[in-house]
Amino acid sequence: MPIELKMPALSPTMEEGTLAKWLVKEGDAVKSGDVIAEVETDKATMEFEAVDEGVVRSILVPEGTDGVKVGTVIALIAGEDEAPATGEGQGGGAPMDEVAPPADAPAGAVEVGINAAQSDAGEEAIQQANVSAKAKEGQEPASLQVQPEAPAGTATVRLTVREALRDAMAEEMRADDRVFVMGEEVAQYQGAYKVTQGLLDEFGARRVVDTPITEYGFAGLGAGAAMGGLRPIVEFMTFNFALQAIDHIVNSAAKTSYMSGGQMRTPIVFRGPNGAASRVAAQHSHNFAPWYASVPGLVVIAPYSAADAKGLLKSAIRSEDPVVFLENELLYGQTFDVPEGDVVVPIGKAATVREGTDVTLVSYSIGVGVALDAATELAKEGIEAEVIDLRTLRPMDKDAVLRSLAKTNRIVVVEEGFPTCSIASEVAAFVMEQGFDDLDAPVLRVTNVDVPLPYAANLEKLALIKIPDVVAAAKKACYR
Amino acid sequence: MPDAPERANRPALSLHVPEPPGRPGDAPDFSHVQVLPAGATPRPDSATPARAMADMVYGLVRVLNDAGDAVGPWNPRLSPETLLAMLRVMVTTRVYDDRMFRAQRQGKTSFYIKSTGEEAVAVGAAFAMQPDDMCFPIYRQQGLLIARGYPLRLMMNQVYSNRGDPLHGRQLPIMYSSKEFHWFSISGNLGTQVPQAVGWAMASAIKNDSRIAATWTGEGATAEGDFHHACTFASVYRAPVILNVVNNQWAISSFQGIAGGEQTTFAARALGYGIAGLRIDGNDILAVHAATAWAADRARANLGPTIIEHFTYRAESHSTSDDPGAYRPAKEGEAWPLGDPIERLKRHLIRLGAWDEERHAALQAETIDAVRAVQREAEKLGTLGDQTFHDIGTMFEDVYEQMPWHLAEQRAQSAAEVEAARS
Repeated sequence: MPIELKMPALSPTMEEGTLAKWLVKEGDAVKSGDVIAEVETDKATMEFEAVDEGVVRSILVPEGTDGVKVGTVIALIAGEDEAPATGEGQGGGAPMDEVAPPADAPAGAVEVGINAAQSDAGEEAIQQANVSAKAKEGQEPASLQVQPEAPAGTATVRLTVREALRDAMAEEMRADDRVFVMGEEVAQYQGAYKVTQGLLDEFGARRVVDTPITEYGFAGLGAGAAMGGLRPIVEFMTFNFALQAIDHIVNSAAKTSYMSGGQMRTPIVFRGPNGAASRVAAQHSHNFAPWYASVPGLVVIAPYSAADAKGLLKSAIRSEDPVVFLENELLYGQTFDVPEGDVVVPIGKAATVREGTDVTLVSYSIGVGVALDAATELAKEGIEAEVIDLRTLRPMDKDAVLRSLAKTNRIVVVEEGFPTCSIASEVAAFVMEQGFDDLDAPVLRVTNVDVPLPYAANLEKLALIKIPDVVAAAKKACYR
Repeated sequence: MPDAPERANRPALSLHVPEPPGRPGDAPDFSHVQVLPAGATPRPDSATPARAMADMVYGLVRVLNDAGDAVGPWNPRLSPETLLAMLRVMVTTRVYDDRMFRAQRQGKTSFYIKSTGEEAVAVGAAFAMQPDDMCFPIYRQQGLLIARGYPLRLMMNQVYSNRGDPLHGRQLPIMYSSKEFHWFSISGNLGTQVPQAVGWAMASAIKNDSRIAATWTGEGATAEGDFHHACTFASVYRAPVILNVVNNQWAISSFQGIAGGEQTTFAARALGYGIAGLRIDGNDILAVHAATAWAADRARANLGPTIIEHFTYRAESHSTSDDPGAYRPAKEGEAWPLGDPIERLKRHLIRLGAWDEERHAALQAETIDAVRAVQREAEKLGTLGDQTFHDIGTMFEDVYEQMPWHLAEQRAQSAAEVEAARS
């Protein structure tokens, strides 16, 4: 029984990569630990090691192939020991309340001999662990077909959100010498998530600045540089780490204009990924949008599509006010149509990303994709959902939400975040205050469960918003 | 630039941005590293006032010389049995790291961080402290947990997030937590462990307890305010704590100069706070042991904290998500002038006549077999690829000591969802 070697997932968010190089050929004997191939992603180049011993029977994906999906069988190894895997520990489907407690491990760890229960071949061959919520077969889901707003006749290009953000920064840096970017790993490493790719080469170390590891320090420096006449873009590796810096964001950047009688402004952009990614657990998965959206003096933006990411980041950089710009790691690799050229998206304007008549789904950031895919499901059941992408959370485009409500009379808010004191709570509150007469059903909230985000894939999936949750809430709002 | 003032008579300012001695394509260059001979740095008494030993922060405590002899005033004079025990733990740590790194490449876990080349920093400290002294580590001190006897199997179960995971599928693979082994829950937000260690140590002093605390941070995170707040409190209240700075030269792609190591040493941070500072060869496990024992004695005598800079080298990538080939010279690690910690202790043991290459090769092979055996057992309980091996109900526990009504309600909903998905 040959062992299948599958395209590995080098990180939890990797969906595909380039098989850069084979270091073995068919017929070669390999043993555990041999480097057999090099795999490239947008983040890094990685050596791919053999797990088991055997002979390379066939190479199925030639070197230099781009876009190899994670999990694709790339080669077959004929194992010397052909004993099949026992299958223990795989897909056993233990029910919720019947999981055995962990067996006691031996004291003193490895000094104690343990009988090997399986042969070497019993070690599983490469398993890919990547899970994607969206089916990728056939047509692209509605969540990836968002049309950008641009003047008629504007040409578009296909860009990832990551590229769109980079382009926005590069264009603004070319146009305005005061603009610079600083943060951990933004220069030499091209950004922890490669959002600043290429900026060091083009703009040099004076304008693309690697900082020491001190979010509090460089947020304060940024605020000072903004007061000093520059236009800083401060990248946080994640907004979770910006908790160290929040005093400078909230007490300095947001309030200085007001407290100085309008004399001193802090035109600065704080940007970086926010919210859950894939298996980065409690301390790296928090959505801070409601926190910042409650602060007078801040502009808070959380785009979904690449076009909005680019157009809104350009507006943010040009803004005279401090902007908290919340990105999403899972969206970085998603591709959308983006208008070419200097197209900005205005701050404070929501977008109707899907027209509908029966229920309004209000969301922002990654929740918009969930809402759009839920709308596709709802359409199969005869419910036409309108999807509003808030895009800017402060100031919030209440009129857009109320106009849609007047049409559909039902609102469900979809938010990848905790339920209490959320953006969803805020929408529910102003809709009740200003749109009460248009409501035919209570405003419903679809949010994550109210626990710190767990790490394990299945728990994480259960804890986060899902398409069926939105479908169920929309049907409830429609009394269906 | 619109706001740039024009003042013809004054010189223009310019900004200094530190650059490492080499980038990819360059030959590795450690000519800036001054390697003092083993035995050359003096050993003050552990009761010496900080200001009377200020030179120590620019020295380099080394015990093992190139020939493999233990020399000089810092030689801890450990028995061959203790030395062998330390060697075993370092070898186990390296093998464990290799196996888990590969497991990530196989999709059995999402993330891993190796401590390769830095094993002495953790293992040396473990043997110099009491087993109930409290540890506030960061993510390359797994050797300390292994030295204390925490089962590898539990570590693997957490890395795999399987049904034997002692943290119930909640925490990242390498962020271990064990109250029983006096090891706090590793935090992914850099620097926070340092003031927490000082606070724990102050609590121990307030309670007239006898236990001390130790914490570890990379040199990169000494830039965080937390490090400096911690130093202030540790100095003011003479907290019984050891503040370890592991200077492994690289914070992902940022070399140690970016963190402030270009103009001075990290041990020299101690001077401004009036804290005792030691700068030691972090690849010399005897130096690590001796310095840790010195600092522990000082702390136990109510003489306050010590900052120890462990001068070492991150031999491999930052993590499984990182490729150092993009920012540092290839084979830079091979040029590292302080060698490999396992090789150096092995050479010393051979020199003592207590060890030989054959026995070392046998230890290596034995350890690989033993770790693989534990790994197979752990994998029977599942790996990341499996979706069904957790008690999902536990997801709602421990948010609070007692589950509030709204979480009980959400748990019931989740159980119903799982049930519906299954049927």
